[in-house]
Amino acid sequence: MSAETAKSSTESDVSGLDYEETELKLGLPGSSRIAGSELERKRGFSETVDLKLGGSGGCNLDYLTAESSDTRSSGAGKLPANKAQVVGWPPVRSFRKNALKSCTYVKVAVDGAPYLRKVDIEMYGGYQQLLNALKEMFSCFTIRNSPNNNERRLVDPLNGTEYVPTYEDKDGDWMLVGDVPWKMFVASCKRLRLMKSSEAVNLAPRAPQID
Amino acid sequence: MGGGGGWVAAAMFPDEVWEYVFSFVEGDVERNAISLVCRGWHRIERRCRRRIFVGNCYAVSPQTVLRRFPEVRAVTIKGKPHFADFNLVPSDWGGGASVWVEALAEACPQLEELRLKRMVVTDDCLELIGRSFRNFKVLSLTSCEGFSTAGLASVANNCRNLRELDLQENVIEDNCSNWLSHFPESFTSLISLNIACLDGDVNLFLLERLVSRCSNLKTLRLNHSVPLDRLVSILLKAPQLIDLGTGRFSADSRPELLAKLESSFAGCRNLKSLSGFYEAVPAYLPTIFSVCDGLSSLNLSYATIQSAELTKLITRCKNLQRLWVMDLIEDTGLEAVASSCKLLRELRVFPFDPYGAEHVSLTERGLVSVSAGCPMLRSVLYFCQQMTNAALIMVAMNSPNLTCFRLCIMEPHTPDYLTSQPLDAGFSAIVESCKELRRLSLSGHLTDRVFKSIGTHADQVKMLSVAFAGDTDAGLHYILSGCKSLKKLEIRDCPFGDKALLANAAKLETMRSLWMSSCYVSLGACRLLAQRMPRLNVEVIDEQRGGQLASRPDDCRVEKLYIYRTVAGRRSDMPACVWTL
Repeated sequence: MSAETAKSSTESDVSGLDYEETELKLGLPGSSRIAGSELERKRGFSETVDLKLGGSGGCNLDYLTAESSDTRSSGAGKLPANKAQVVGWPPVRSFRKNALKSCTYVKVAVDGAPYLRKVDIEMYGGYQQLLNALKEMFSCFTIRNSPNNNERRLVDPLNGTEYVPTYEDKDGDWMLVGDVPWKMFVASCKRLRLMKSSEAVNLAPRAPQID
Repeated sequence: MGGGGGWVAAAMFPDEVWEYVFSFVEGDVERNAISLVCRGWHRIERRCRRRIFVGNCYAVSPQTVLRRFPEVRAVTIKGKPHFADFNLVPSDWGGGASVWVEALAEACPQLEELRLKRMVVTDDCLELIGRSFRNFKVLSLTSCEGFSTAGLASVANNCRNLRELDLQENVIEDNCSNWLSHFPESFTSLISLNIACLDGDVNLFLLERLVSRCSNLKTLRLNHSVPLDRLVSILLKAPQLIDLGTGRFSADSRPELLAKLESSFAGCRNLKSLSGFYEAVPAYLPTIFSVCDGLSSLNLSYATIQSAELTKLITRCKNLQRLWVMDLIEDTGLEAVASSCKLLRELRVFPFDPYGAEHVSLTERGLVSVSAGCPMLRSVLYFCQQMTNAALIMVAMNSPNLTCFRLCIMEPHTPDYLTSQPLDAGFSAIVESCKELRRLSLSGHLTDRVFKSIGTHADQVKMLSVAFAGDTDAGLHYILSGCKSLKKLEIRDCPFGDKALLANAAKLETMRSLWMSSCYVSLGACRLLAQRMPRLNVEVIDEQRGGQLASRPDDCRVEKLYIYRTVAGRRSDMPACVWTL
């Protein structure tokens, strides 16, 4: 079936299908570019959504999963800050995703406190959120940023005692919370301990990388 | 050959002679060719075909197949479209195995092997299999669902000659934790057991007893519930294993366990393939050093271990042909692989954190190193965050013998990060250089130009996956009017629409299937296509809007479209969200 025949029959059989919109050519539809010219600006999804197939039809287009509505500027290969997740992308099988997700409830102990709590660390998006949650949980604490701004400590305002969040990893080693990328922390943390900072001297931090 | 002329092939020898000759020809394509030579051969061939592959369970009815091939012994059937793996296909779409198992139960009591992929398999199916086939030997279920461990129990109970039970990435309900006990004490025929996808606990005592008495066991893949200390005793009972999938590969640091594990691995002199490594810790990796030299396949894709430790292990595997690993290996690790694993044929690098914004030190450089260092490289699956045309061109030059190239740049529309250009040039180089490429998956910022190259050069490509690419219908037109060997095409989120589809309707009958989702295909075009092509099923899938498709106007956009050739007509088991036009 030649392209020519197809074109003419689609025009007559399918009402409302605008020929010019769907004409085969290189270039953004609806633009008056010469075929074959360089595409300078990549078309963002919000623009593609506006492509009219002719006629109203009353169909909603919101099934197109949310993409960043900013047109990606050329050259930027970085991930946008608030990327809405696209269904089924990247193409990782659910089986794999689930297999890597282990039970992420860990016990939290505080030096000197007689009780333990449990948190699901996977619920949090990063270290700051986790610390906020710990602060809420042991409601006596406030968070103090240390001078080099990379460590965060919890302080009991009543007696000024500083606590350093530490965790035990899969190898059985005790580490400072914040030393490794968040996702690696989630995968390897077995339990948390808020250690008095006076006792935390043995845990020399490597280059802390809290965002 | 055929009706005319003096020579009638079949009359030269008795049927049995031809059957014997044909028995040396096993491939489907060749058997199909034999059956087209003349009526005589068609008749003889069909009566002696033993293996059947059904790539799409809806392309043909079970009755048609079994009428033509009554002596079949081994059947492989695939159900749902590939994109079902990524949750793009509604869960009730179809792919039920019952209709096939029932037909087989009735017509083929001599069936020995059944392999199902992406199908819905019920416990009733499994029970029917157990009851119907006296000499059943091989059951392989991949990416299936709908059954439970109770179903497995009935297989264990009934299939007294079972050699292979292979469960890969299925979703299995756990309602019978002692299903292994249903293998009778007298049962010893197992050669291959893969239960890695089981979610729950496995009765370790029963497992060890089973392993003990099946002295021909060559493949054993455990699930995460089997702890390291039990692995020791299992390996001591099955030192003949060729293919091992470990359970949980972590424990507290215990010197005596380390020593025992190391010693039990050392006793397995035939190990060629290792997998599993769930929740692996670096401390226990050295226990497998003694088998590294003999390994041809290593799957570390569930091991959340950092690059240095991974590298220490992999570089010992000088004879490795297949490596599956997570991007935690980083570029440095892959460079080490390139230096050490000169026989590498297949590399798969999976993302540790697909949704994270964290920068992982795995870039295009790792891929280029491996392609430069490993001359036998044939198959690549690579997830990464950045790519350049230059890197792809280098891969194309270094690895012209690639048969499978699947690149997933995780952020859609990502251009060449150095030049900001689309990755057209890179992928074009791949298809121009790799003349034996059979499978290709694209990603990154791509314009219609790359599809022109693909259409022109990708002569051997049978399966093409496209996502977030292209500008206009020209892209799809280039693919469908080119790509001589194309059988499966799956497209998502591309601005492709009606024109290319309708212009190339005939092509669709030469293919197994076409999937298009979140594209610009209108309902009208689908109606037209269905009207013109009676041997295609044009399925429109619409989960959100409900209601009747018949009343919708032609210019309504179709959310998901699945088109496949069939001689079975429209199927009768469609759920509410699927319409065949």
